[in-house]
Amino acid sequence: MPEAFVKTVGAILLALCAAGALAKEAAPESADPALEARMTRITAELRCLVCQNQTIADSNASLAIDLRRETRELLRQGKSDREVVDYMTARYGDFVLYRPPLKATTALLWFGPAAMLAVGAAVLLLVLRRRTKMAADAFEPDEDDEGEQPDAAADPAATGRNP
Amino acid sequence: MKRLWFLIPLAAFFVLAAVLAVALKLDPREVPSPLIDKPAPKFALQRLDDAGKTIRLDDLRGKVWMLNVWASWCVACREEHPLLVEFAKKRVVPLLGLNYKDKREDASAWLARFGNPYDASLFDDEGRVGIDFGVYGVPETFVIDQNGVIRMKHIGPLTPEVIATKIEPLLKKLDA
Repeated sequence: MPEAFVKTVGAILLALCAAGALAKEAAPESADPALEARMTRITAELRCLVCQNQTIADSNASLAIDLRRETRELLRQGKSDREVVDYMTARYGDFVLYRPPLKATTALLWFGPAAMLAVGAAVLLLVLRRRTKMAADAFEPDEDDEGEQPDAAADPAATGRNP
Repeated sequence: MKRLWFLIPLAAFFVLAAVLAVALKLDPREVPSPLIDKPAPKFALQRLDDAGKTIRLDDLRGKVWMLNVWASWCVACREEHPLLVEFAKKRVVPLLGLNYKDKREDASAWLARFGNPYDASLFDDEGRVGIDFGVYGVPETFVIDQNGVIRMKHIGPLTPEVIATKIEPLLKKLDA
């Protein structure tokens, strides 16, 4: 491999690492650390609508910056955490909540995976039960029991077995 | 009956394929707004072209009107702009602009260059009214009825189809 290529790749990897190190949470804007901590705790539970896989606390999208500003302001007005979350859902819907509330429309989201698991387990149990009741000759014998070379099993004609 | 059991995995496959096909067509960027059929948030904003004049929600009561959220920095707004200019010519309903997080000079220059379809633009430089309207992806378009209730919201640039199949029938229904 040419040395120049290796060096280029190395440089790119290094640059990526450096970028990762720089990508930290957005800088706080308020002088009050307690308020800032509370704001971060609340907004870390809220989805940024512009970059949907980031929280409002993490995102540097201008909407997220504005929503952090609004959150600070609401907290300064003495609003509770609940009231801040209600403020967000009134405007953007339950979609902003990383933990959506349990409702008729979200039941599938909450119970779907467990239901799928239950169905899968039930099917598996049923199949296994039926198999234990089956007579031994319903199964093909293990290849080891036949005392044949493993290679021969690949060719049905050589084993004399009906395909 | 028992003979057909081997079809179950096939049926399961088709159900899964149908679910995935529908989900593939859904746009995760189009988040249903909780504001539909709710009263529009109150606002009082300066006009973009005249800082001395304020427009309030109550000024528009009794009319069906449309609010289009735009900004000079918004590329998709430029894309939908000719449609709005065209739509405004029909003078069906008052069309107001919400100039979102923009600079007055930039916004005015933008309108001078691409045409001004708006009866007036509201100047929301801090984006507060935008937040009250649940704006997250400019451009967005709202239809608000005589009682100040939001009846429709479209996220992203308008298309001729959206205007013809959604907005115009709704305006007709609202007897605008």
